[in-house]
Amino acid sequence: MAAKTENQRAWFFVIPVILLVAFNAIVPLMTVVNYSVQETFGNNQFFWSGVTWFEETLKSERFQAALGRQLLFTAIILAIEIPLGIAIALSMPRSGPWVSVCLVLMSLPLLIPWNVVGSMWNIFALPDIGLLGYTLNAMGFNYDYTQQPLAAWATLIAMDVWHWTSLVVLLSYAGLISIPDAYYQAAKIDGAGKWAVFRHIQLPKMKRVLTIAILLRFMDSFMIYTEPFVLTGGGPGNATTFLSIDLVKKALGEFDLGPAAAMSLIYFLITLLVSWLFYTVMMRNEGEES
Amino acid sequence: MARITLDNLRHSYLPNPKSDEDYALQQIDLEWQDGGAYALLGPSGCGKSTLLNIISGLIEPTQGRILFGDVDVTNVPPAARNIAQVFQFPVIYDTMTVYDNLAFPLRNRGVGKAQVDARVREIAEMIDMTDMLNRRAANLTPDNKQKISMGRGLVRDDVNVIMFDEPLTVIDPHLKWKLRSKLRELHERINLTMIYVTHDQTEALTFADQVVVMDEGVVVQIGTPVELFERPTHTFVGHFIGSPGMNLLPCEVREGQAFFHDSHVPVEGGKTSAAGSRLEIGVRPEFVSFASEGLSVDVVKITDAGRHRIVETRAGDTAIKLFVDDGMSIPEGTAHLAFDQNRTRVYADGWLAEESR
Ligand SMILES: Nc1ncnc2c1ncn2[C@@H]1O[C@H](COP(=O)(O)OP(=O)(O)O)[C@@H](O)[C@H]1O
Ligand SMILES: [Mg+2]
Repeated sequence: MAAKTENQRAWFFVIPVILLVAFNAIVPLMTVVNYSVQETFGNNQFFWSGVTWFEETLKSERFQAALGRQLLFTAIILAIEIPLGIAIALSMPRSGPWVSVCLVLMSLPLLIPWNVVGSMWNIFALPDIGLLGYTLNAMGFNYDYTQQPLAAWATLIAMDVWHWTSLVVLLSYAGLISIPDAYYQAAKIDGAGKWAVFRHIQLPKMKRVLTIAILLRFMDSFMIYTEPFVLTGGGPGNATTFLSIDLVKKALGEFDLGPAAAMSLIYFLITLLVSWLFYTVMMRNEGEES
Repeated sequence: MARITLDNLRHSYLPNPKSDEDYALQQIDLEWQDGGAYALLGPSGCGKSTLLNIISGLIEPTQGRILFGDVDVTNVPPAARNIAQVFQFPVIYDTMTVYDNLAFPLRNRGVGKAQVDARVREIAEMIDMTDMLNRRAANLTPDNKQKISMGRGLVRDDVNVIMFDEPLTVIDPHLKWKLRSKLRELHERINLTMIYVTHDQTEALTFADQVVVMDEGVVVQIGTPVELFERPTHTFVGHFIGSPGMNLLPCEVREGQAFFHDSHVPVEGGKTSAAGSRLEIGVRPEFVSFASEGLSVDVVKITDAGRHRIVETRAGDTAIKLFVDDGMSIPEGTAHLAFDQNRTRVYADGWLAEESR
């Protein structure tokens, strides 16, 4: 064979992408890194401060509380949305005219923008005039999400479940309908019960899409901002002040750029680390050589 | 284990079948003897899978009964029928090891641990997978996966029949032959009724003692490979089996004698009772030869097929093919053909006239 021709022209084609990524991800990230290691007293004068902000942030009770609330919130919505999504996907028809009806119904919540969802539920759950709030109070429950932390949490969780369970349903359903009929037929002949079919056929075939669903829901709920901002503004008190709300308060409300930048980076690293850990664990048995 | 009887079976996938066209299975009356090695042969879409799924209970027939021995099992669910079925594409339980895959049908039926172990090891031995028992099944090659599917069919010792629905479709050609002879060998060893579905005549003829040929939802002939070759009872069998298939010559019948283009063609038994709207003389290329006199034809094309040549001739619009051994000369231009009388028969509307349906 002739010697491989070497030229650098390929770079030419890659450059636009590199520039794009640089401008919308790397450059902003680096500004944040820059802020996170400096101190300023105004006048655009900055002083090197090393890892002070990181230490301070990690030690602060305020950050720890927000992180705790964040983790709890994400854990709760994952624990509800994933099983519920699978259950709904399992009960959807596999063929026939109802399939498209179900799919459209399921897609509807996903099409509504975050802030609209927040406003909708804000009004829907108002204790005096909202349909949900009024009904609950009329039924004898003392419910007011603007005053009671528990009610605020319940409302936020209900809202997130309503908004995002569909995503899990659609992904699980895509996994389910890709299972050939022969699997179900073989299972029948092998005498497998409903549970065994779920455990050994449906769940393994859904594993990849479920991994994606969990990752998406984890990242999205971990970074939740708009809905609690619109619904509760982080209250009552600090009850629903999750990480991103806290961050915005700090960065824009108090203009503490250094600590806010340090917090962003910690936040970013936690998200990245959990996602990576989870993905690695889920995929550890895939792709062994045959 | 038992004889399997299909009695007056019809099946349609439509809820309210009206005409014959609505039926995937037209009318099936069949008996599968205990311990037989059967092939179910027919083109794609003729209803082979439908028939298998009815025997296994995955589909309930629109009409008719299925008997295992003397017991009517028409309404018995698949798990209670004691049958095993292997599908076209390998079905394996991804999360389990090969061992657990093979043990699965037994464990679901509450078989004891020691017995499961003994059976699994025995079957693994039969399908040459002993050294893979602890591997995860998901990562095996397609042919090994299909061997596991077969193994799961074989693992129960109480099955009435084991059915294979085109099991070698996804297997590499050089492994196909190996797996098929393995199956054949297993049949001799365990003496279980086996039904092997295929649309490939070579597979059917090499696997089975009895071949059931289907076309458009009807069983057209049941016979040994030799019978199908020498005495097709339907023009479809003549055409589908053999390569090239049987020659068909439109004919007239006058007083029990067949005439093609006004020349008399002597047929098996000297006389035919054929009557119908479409009459044809059927004779395989193997039983046609050049002669000094008889039907005159034009030689059109010669194809070399290894040990012999296939010569295509033409009489009017009708093509007639014949085999000529190497070394024999082939006339050019116009020639005459002779038919082996004992292998030349008249078919009325597709069916062999001398055979009652
Ligand atoms: N689930 C089904 N629903 C409707 N029609 C079907 C279904 N399965 C098979 N058929 C039809 O029944 C006929 C026989 O199919 P099948 O038994 O699968 O044939 P084969 O296995 O011989 O290829 C075909 O015309 C096919 O289109
Ligand atoms: Mg088929």
